[in-house]
Amino acid sequence: MNKIFGGRGLPLHLMLLPGVILVFIYAYVPMAGIVIAFEKFVPIKGVFGSKWIGLGNFRYVADMPTIAEVVRNTIFIASMKIVAGLAMPIAAALLLNEVRKTFVKKGIQTLIYLPHFLSWIILSGILLDILSPSEGIVNRILQAIGFDSVFFLGDNRWFPYVLVVSDVWKEFGFGTIVYLAAITGINPVLYEAAVMDGANHWRQVWHVTLPGIVPIVVLLATLSLGNVLNGGFEQVFNLYSPSVYKSGDILDTLIYRMGILDAQYGVATAIGLLKSVVSLVLISTSYYLAYRLANYRIF
Amino acid sequence: MNIQLSWSRRLFIVINYAFLIGLAATCLFPLIHVLAISFSSSTAATSGMVKLWPVDFTFASYEFILHKKEFIRSFEVTLLRTPLGFAVNMLLTVLCAYPLSKEQREFRLRTTYAWYFILTILFSGGLIPWYMTVKTTGLLNTIWALIIPGAVPVFNVILMLNFFRGLPKDIEESAFLDGAGHWTVLWRMYVPLSLPVIATVSLFTLVGHWNAWFDGLVLMNFPEKYPLSTYLQLMVANSSSLNFSGQSLFELIAVSQRTARAAQIFLGALPILLVYPFLQKYFVKGIVLGSVKS
Repeated sequence: MNKIFGGRGLPLHLMLLPGVILVFIYAYVPMAGIVIAFEKFVPIKGVFGSKWIGLGNFRYVADMPTIAEVVRNTIFIASMKIVAGLAMPIAAALLLNEVRKTFVKKGIQTLIYLPHFLSWIILSGILLDILSPSEGIVNRILQAIGFDSVFFLGDNRWFPYVLVVSDVWKEFGFGTIVYLAAITGINPVLYEAAVMDGANHWRQVWHVTLPGIVPIVVLLATLSLGNVLNGGFEQVFNLYSPSVYKSGDILDTLIYRMGILDAQYGVATAIGLLKSVVSLVLISTSYYLAYRLANYRIF
Repeated sequence: MNIQLSWSRRLFIVINYAFLIGLAATCLFPLIHVLAISFSSSTAATSGMVKLWPVDFTFASYEFILHKKEFIRSFEVTLLRTPLGFAVNMLLTVLCAYPLSKEQREFRLRTTYAWYFILTILFSGGLIPWYMTVKTTGLLNTIWALIIPGAVPVFNVILMLNFFRGLPKDIEESAFLDGAGHWTVLWRMYVPLSLPVIATVSLFTLVGHWNAWFDGLVLMNFPEKYPLSTYLQLMVANSSSLNFSGQSLFELIAVSQRTARAAQIFLGALPILLVYPFLQKYFVKGIVLGSVKS
């Protein structure tokens, strides 16, 4: 006992104490609160006074007419974001690496990192303006070159793709940071050797640069598996409207509407629990794979 | 060496520059367009004359917004939450990251503690139980609801602890030999040596608090307690109509919903646009050293 808590270890425990307590209250107590998912929860009666209904809420969820659609939307939107969100930063990093003028490269980097730091409130405000079917600049340009105007945020054929494109647009620049660092870390001797062997520029990219970033690509691809049920609440919530629920409603927005707006606490918690459990499995698997494939450790 | 570039290589370089500069422009132009609209008269904005430069330059939209007491009030809430939340977040991040950065032989329960924190990334109770917990602890409708539930940002802790682990061990060992304790080593050695990661986490924390809107929406029952981002969420993102009541006819002509919305968007983004360039050189280094380990 003395070995653990005494001597030099004590300050370390004391440093962690406030964090441990706060995480316990605001992360672990809510985990215990998932019993609400098995209750007909009424806030006045509390967690302990509400009626236990077993799997009733889950049966209700299974019978909801829209649930299959929402799950499908979530997986579809999230998967497209994962794939495009991997490919785009890699391509941009490889192209940026070809830019030799430092000030041009710096300038481009400064601009493409920027959207990451703006909230979806700001960006959805911008998107609502430029994509507006009547006065938005995008549709004015489309009309000027002879196309019909498109209601990007109100048309079920377009909405999921607007989500994916705008999400990739927001995050791709920030995503290049890790790849650019990996490219910088490649030993220059490898390029010299390739030149000796007569490799032209394309061959150098193909045989030196790409293999150099494969480990980090594998790592990030594996870790992103955990996001298959994350459609992006902040984005969808600020861009969608009832007319695009059919193509754009995701699990998190459904949970919000049922739980906070409709006060169906038990049902909302049940959906949340299902999502959390599946996510737990996915994230654990992805971390395990990342550990096996890329020898990755979180800490 | 005199290497003559082949024409195909030159062509590639030109196309590459054009493509990347175009890509960077897509990140900038929407902002400039909205800025231009916010400084334009309502008639010019509605008729679609505004591209990247204001037409019929006017401050009317900004005057309208800055005289709205809801805007000012929510701005004050954000002005309170951001420094307060920043202080709490940074203190707890440093305090948690230091012990967790120790080797297991030095701090036996390190791995247990680390998993205690990481488990909260892997699994959560979900929205409703979280809301009920915040409610039960009596934070609803107080400024602390925006600060205490998110007081320990686990991702930032991981970023910082990974950076701490890369610091040379011999200086701290000699400090321990000289009789220094962990507190001294943390504040006198780790913190001064970790400027890149502290700048990075500072940026994330400041931006996070400035941008946070969901907690305000859910945890505050009265609109007058909303932080700026929550207020903007209702005004800008939901495309709900502005409250024009009590405004003179003159202002109604000068300010349209569209120009007012543009002005609010720009005001909401302005602090980030101001802070970001100064911290940029740090965050690239901080992210790379904190997340990618050799």
